[in-house]
Amino acid sequence: MTSNGTAAGLRAQRVSREAGGRLVLDGVCLVPPPGATVGLLGPNGSGKSTLLRVLAGVLAPAAGVVTLDGEPLAAIGRRTVAQRVAVVDQHADTQVELRVRDVVGLGRIPHRRAWSAPSRADEEAVREALERTGLAERSDQSWHTLSGGERQRVQIARALAQQPRELLLDEPTNHLDIQHQLELLSLVTSLPVTGVIALHDLNLAAMFCDRIVVMKEGRVVAAGTPTEVITEQLIADVYRVRAVVTQDGPDGRPSVRFLPGRAE
Amino acid sequence: MTDTERVAAVRTEQAPGTDPHHRAGGARGLRDGVLWAAGVALLALSVAVAVTIGPARISVADVWSAVAAHLGVGDSRLTPIRDGIIWNLRMPRTLLAAVCGAGLAVCGTVMQSLLRNPLADPFVLGVSSGASTGAVVVVVLGVGGAAVSISTGAFIGALCSFALVLLLSHTLGGTTDRVVLSGVAAMQLFSALTSFVVMTSADAEQTRGVLFWLLGSLSGVGWTDVWVCFTVLVVTLLICLGHARTLDAFAFGQDAAAALGVNVGRTRIVLLCTTALLTAALVSSAGAIGFVGLVLPHAARALTGSGHRRLLPVTALAGAVFLVWVDTLARTVLDPQEVPVGVVTALIGVPAFVSVLYRTRRTT
Repeated sequence: MTSNGTAAGLRAQRVSREAGGRLVLDGVCLVPPPGATVGLLGPNGSGKSTLLRVLAGVLAPAAGVVTLDGEPLAAIGRRTVAQRVAVVDQHADTQVELRVRDVVGLGRIPHRRAWSAPSRADEEAVREALERTGLAERSDQSWHTLSGGERQRVQIARALAQQPRELLLDEPTNHLDIQHQLELLSLVTSLPVTGVIALHDLNLAAMFCDRIVVMKEGRVVAAGTPTEVITEQLIADVYRVRAVVTQDGPDGRPSVRFLPGRAE
Repeated sequence: MTDTERVAAVRTEQAPGTDPHHRAGGARGLRDGVLWAAGVALLALSVAVAVTIGPARISVADVWSAVAAHLGVGDSRLTPIRDGIIWNLRMPRTLLAAVCGAGLAVCGTVMQSLLRNPLADPFVLGVSSGASTGAVVVVVLGVGGAAVSISTGAFIGALCSFALVLLLSHTLGGTTDRVVLSGVAAMQLFSALTSFVVMTSADAEQTRGVLFWLLGSLSGVGWTDVWVCFTVLVVTLLICLGHARTLDAFAFGQDAAAALGVNVGRTRIVLLCTTALLTAALVSSAGAIGFVGLVLPHAARALTGSGHRRLLPVTALAGAVFLVWVDTLARTVLDPQEVPVGVVTALIGVPAFVSVLYRTRRTT
């Protein structure tokens, strides 16, 4: 993926990161076009989660730099980064008794100062996030009574309450049934944010993402539109499985059908 | 009710039915205000009444008169003996009970949130065990001679134990579970040391005295204890309140907190150190009063919800009122013999704990 000259938005430039003596990220560049949804694909252990954590500023890269509007994350400060970049993990749980609105309200933490009560702007952002995710009616319900799909929707609402321009999601559909997977991805792609989503399901990625980045062993091995990237050859190379790819998905996007046996 | 909440409430009245959430927020603010005022009044009344209870018959008016005289407003009409009982015996004891209750409850709340463990209490980092060892070393072995008091010994022991826990947890990787496990290890180690010293060196009288102290006792405390503990309590409470929204951010774990812009490492070290220091101060003055720091946070959460901006002050108030009454009970129920206050906190606390957990049990 090439730089387009301006430095707007969140971008990773040749970031590397080691864990346990192994390179988990090896010179990865990622430049999501503003407003687009980028799907991050790759087998387990290919570095998707680490890349997302580095992009969020939760982990610091050992080499390379992540910039937000051209400035390195380290120079910006965590709170300011969290006002712009929101993260949704594949699974969130808590022992604390929280209502839906309490969880969504957590998204306002980067915007609030110490000692201050939630402002009207905070309440407004929480209300909007609840409405946008269809949770307004359930705002007083206990988090612990929600299903897995509803919990993820609440996390998306929490991320929205952060009023981010960049939304990073780490396999957000992992524990959901197919209906909730489709619902959640429709919701995410309809949001006015730049999204980076780590996904396992190639068909869902093809259906919902504007661009696809494929990772393997800490490196980016392919990037482009779903049609450019998701091919039988790439699936064989990256996942070591055989598949038939046809262009008869929604809007002529690629559709993947797997075949038994390993690819050579 | 804050200005914002008032505005929200007014707006809701102008557009009835369109925005039920703002109304809920306003009502909550009002309810908090009432709860607050009631709590402070209850604490003041509890202290005043608790001071009147005991072998010498004293009325609330006597208490008021003695306090006013010592604060320089009005003259005491009491005999020096009655004045002494109020001002030098019962008042500092009752106030220290309030300070201990508030402090232990606040420390427990912070520990539970920070370590994401509902079973955490102020002693989870080994502070109380270290204090016991320090106290025993001073009382039984006579280390330091007359220059070192039991409180000083306990305080030094508590800090040693906490330092060990910090060092261990840092060496083991610094994650939340490592902090808890290091605390457990330190607790076991210092308990063993205490037992060892008591078994090998103490006579029967000393053993009884040490045991009494270990279970927590507010007998024989003076104004110095009250002032020291109160000062540390106020500082700790202010620091914790300054971190209220940060503590909220820990609900979904430290990664989630980091993604919300929290400096996880710094927050953890600051809050662990301040609460450990307060716990050490309280334990040095009053022994290891158990259960308050474990139970009161849960009870307070049932009242206010889990937002720390509301939770911390309410926990402090609830802890203060609770321990004032428990200590009153401890010193009067078997009069003239005294029951260790830690025994009474557990006897009363366990049923209260169960009922709180039952009330908030999850339906799924």
